[in-house]
Amino acid sequence: MTEPLIYDQSVPGRTGVILPGCDVPETPLPTDLMRDDLDLPEVSELQVIRHFVRLSQLNMAIDTNFYPLGSCTMKYNPKINEDVARLPGFAHLHPLTDEEGAQGALAVMYELQRWLAEISGFDAVSLQPAAGAQGEFAGILMIRKYHLDNGHPERTKILVPNSAHGTNPATVSMAGLRVVELPSDEDGNVDLEALRRECDETVAGMMITVPSTLGLYERQILDVIQAVHDCGGLMYMDGANMNSQLGIVKPAELGFDVMHYNLHKTFSTPHGGGGPGSGPVAVTEKLAPYLPGPIVTIVEEPKDENDAPLYGFTMPEKSIGRLKVFHGNFGMHTRAYTYMRVHGAEGLREVARHAVLNANYVRVKLQDDYHIPYNRPCGHEFVLEGRFEGVDEVHALDISKRLIDYGYHPPTNYFPLIVNEALLIEPTETEDKQTLDGFVEAMKQIAKEARENPALLREAPHTAPVRRVDEVKAAKQLVLCCRPIPAPERAKNEQAS
Amino acid sequence: MTYIPHTDVERQQMLAAIGVTTIEDLFEAVPSTHRFPKLDLPAGVSEMEIAAEMLALSEANDHAQDFAIFRGAGAYHHFIPSALNHILLRGEFYTAYTPYQPEVSQGTLQATFEYQSMMCALTGMDAANASHYDGGTSLAEAVTVALEVSRHKRKKIVLSHAIHPQYRAVVRTYHQGNGVEITGDEGMASLAELTDLIDDNTALVAVAYPNFFGQIEDFSELVEKAHAAGALVAFVINPIALGLLKTPGSLGADIVVGEAQPLGIPLGFGGPYLGFFGVRKEYVRRIAGRIVGETTDKNGKRAYVMTLRPREQDIRREKATSNICTNQGLMALAAAIYLSLMGKHGLRKVAELCYHKAHYAADRIDALEGFDVDRSKPFFHEFVVKCPLPVAKINRALIDKGIIGGYDLSQDYPELENHMLVCVTEMNSKEEIDALVEALSEVNVQ
Repeated sequence: MTEPLIYDQSVPGRTGVILPGCDVPETPLPTDLMRDDLDLPEVSELQVIRHFVRLSQLNMAIDTNFYPLGSCTMKYNPKINEDVARLPGFAHLHPLTDEEGAQGALAVMYELQRWLAEISGFDAVSLQPAAGAQGEFAGILMIRKYHLDNGHPERTKILVPNSAHGTNPATVSMAGLRVVELPSDEDGNVDLEALRRECDETVAGMMITVPSTLGLYERQILDVIQAVHDCGGLMYMDGANMNSQLGIVKPAELGFDVMHYNLHKTFSTPHGGGGPGSGPVAVTEKLAPYLPGPIVTIVEEPKDENDAPLYGFTMPEKSIGRLKVFHGNFGMHTRAYTYMRVHGAEGLREVARHAVLNANYVRVKLQDDYHIPYNRPCGHEFVLEGRFEGVDEVHALDISKRLIDYGYHPPTNYFPLIVNEALLIEPTETEDKQTLDGFVEAMKQIAKEARENPALLREAPHTAPVRRVDEVKAAKQLVLCCRPIPAPERAKNEQAS
Repeated sequence: MTYIPHTDVERQQMLAAIGVTTIEDLFEAVPSTHRFPKLDLPAGVSEMEIAAEMLALSEANDHAQDFAIFRGAGAYHHFIPSALNHILLRGEFYTAYTPYQPEVSQGTLQATFEYQSMMCALTGMDAANASHYDGGTSLAEAVTVALEVSRHKRKKIVLSHAIHPQYRAVVRTYHQGNGVEITGDEGMASLAELTDLIDDNTALVAVAYPNFFGQIEDFSELVEKAHAAGALVAFVINPIALGLLKTPGSLGADIVVGEAQPLGIPLGFGGPYLGFFGVRKEYVRRIAGRIVGETTDKNGKRAYVMTLRPREQDIRREKATSNICTNQGLMALAAAIYLSLMGKHGLRKVAELCYHKAHYAADRIDALEGFDVDRSKPFFHEFVVKCPLPVAKINRALIDKGIIGGYDLSQDYPELENHMLVCVTEMNSKEEIDALVEALSEVNVQ
């Protein structure tokens, strides 16, 4: 069954909305500025509802299936958060409201900044970044500007382990700095000797994920930080894996200078089928003047204990600038605030403890059936190899696709790059033991099938809305839009160019 | 107490299976000197309590359901049909992530493809991506595309001062490290002066349509000169205005970017919004972000998948032109639902309502003593009013009458002291507009 495109359900003259008439005297329309046609669908409200509800049913999501997509922290998204974000006082608040008229929203942002600073041990936070990648960009721009201000334009080298998320090296290039990739040692840690060889006066800093992208706490993290600091570099922590550090360790206390959070991972704001996210960036005192702004500060202290402070926006004095129009993804701030208030300090520590418990449980349960390359207590996720000795035709991708038939969203495939046929599994703390046991059983069954009937995996999925999708054809034919541009416009286009 | 389902018995069973005694044993690799720090956070509360707390905080805000609002300046209060939110709250959509596994993500993929298609139809572009963070970051990414197209031989970017000031600030933040000259917006340069800045070192010229002041400018000479000089032209658009106006594609735009928040996304104190990004076909391989393409599955059934993936950071790493990963996917879905519900007739009608109401308001305000509406160019749903008093002072008087006044332009343009940018949408009734006019007339008397 294929759901027709909304355009293909169009019937001339139909509309899906009930709009009011015009209650003011009409002004003649500027006909010379107007378009001839507006090629949008003509469908009823019911058609729209059925269309999109049917489409939704073609997805797997946290609300329907276990979704152990490593490094993405696909935990349950509490429903109260959605209600809170939709309260009229938040949802219909104009971003350019005078500050006195936005004190409730500013209070949420101020407290969130403070809590994120407390959890990480840092001194200051900006909520501007819209996603983790933008948080990274902010962090690297701050490191760059810090060195420039201190008279070190020669510091242009950022060290990045070869196990890093792709966003790390891409971020460095975007900021106009140079990536030097570091190898990993046999335990999956940063190769300390290789790191020390690169530590010179051109180092601007290093980006590293903690726990590593293998899901492992690096025992030598303090040595890594020391080496980079000794040569005058700053340490950036990719906070993608913060779900295993809440109340476990504060990155600033380890010696990090700057990190970003992913509110959509650690603090349960929904992933939205690709976004929106939110990537606040946290820094030590020396980098605080460089934060992207504006940030929320107290403009006027309360007069007495019954009074509230007056909050306002401030641009940090040496700010790298504005990363986004307005104030960041505020709708994610209200959701994360709600989530953090419900948990409190002890609840957040329980989140990390149970995320780690769940990951280790699945790891141990699968260790006899799969090769787990760095098999020691892990953080909130672990990597196994998606291949079997003597069954060369079966790859990690085939295991993933077969998992779909068993009703599970596949783990992250082929990342981190330093593991062959990697499957990165992150259960999260909100999954119960029964779900994990079911997943383990399915994985064991698949391991058996791989040896007995590899075609079953190669041909999977068998039960999904579509069978394996032809990506090569998509790139070749490049159909990105189902509407032809009207001929007269095309002619003008061509004339103009 | 929280969303963690484990019972004591289950915890013990799991620890036994792992072969450790306590959960703490699993954290041995964390430096012991720094393990288990104290967190100085408020204690956890129940769902009932947090609901009350958030309601109180939300009500401490002057919002558009309690006030008549005439403020736009990049964020617009429009009607959002109920059907939209009901679809957006489908857990199958909002609790999924990036459709890396197309076989179990056809819903997100097809909806994104439909978003791309409708936005192309609206703007006259050949291709669109699945979104950037907002209009400002879309413009910053357009600069990157233009630099790439010129193979970084061209280093100059010409920006109109009539592009949203915060968009221009974002462009400067993004490009502070790559030696690009950004010019054109230092003062209040005319279009002719802007056009004179275009030379063979120019990679991109960007203009706004309608511009930040709500006006519709004639870019034909600028576009011609830019193309003759080998530069690309980007239009920053308002999608509701395109319900009425000629497409940027028909006016010669190579790249169209903009804030698609007006398409079914609430004001939300500035986010999450939706950065639209569309291009002509020849530049599609240069653009960043997710793009969905049509294909078939192994049985020949129509299917959708993310395509041109090798451009992206997770594959190309330091050679990628952008680090974008998570985007504003759910907001793109909102826009797709909005455009489907509105359709050909609804969007046109919304645009017309905005136009008529804004012009009615402008006529009435212009007739007030001491107020002067800028009518030098045609406008859509925002217009500039020269006021007899500082705008901040006027707005303080308006708020007491339940009205959120226009935007104070002197905050960004020192030349525009006492100038207010007024926005009127289909949400403003005649009654509200008349109340605004009445209130302004009283302000002047005081």
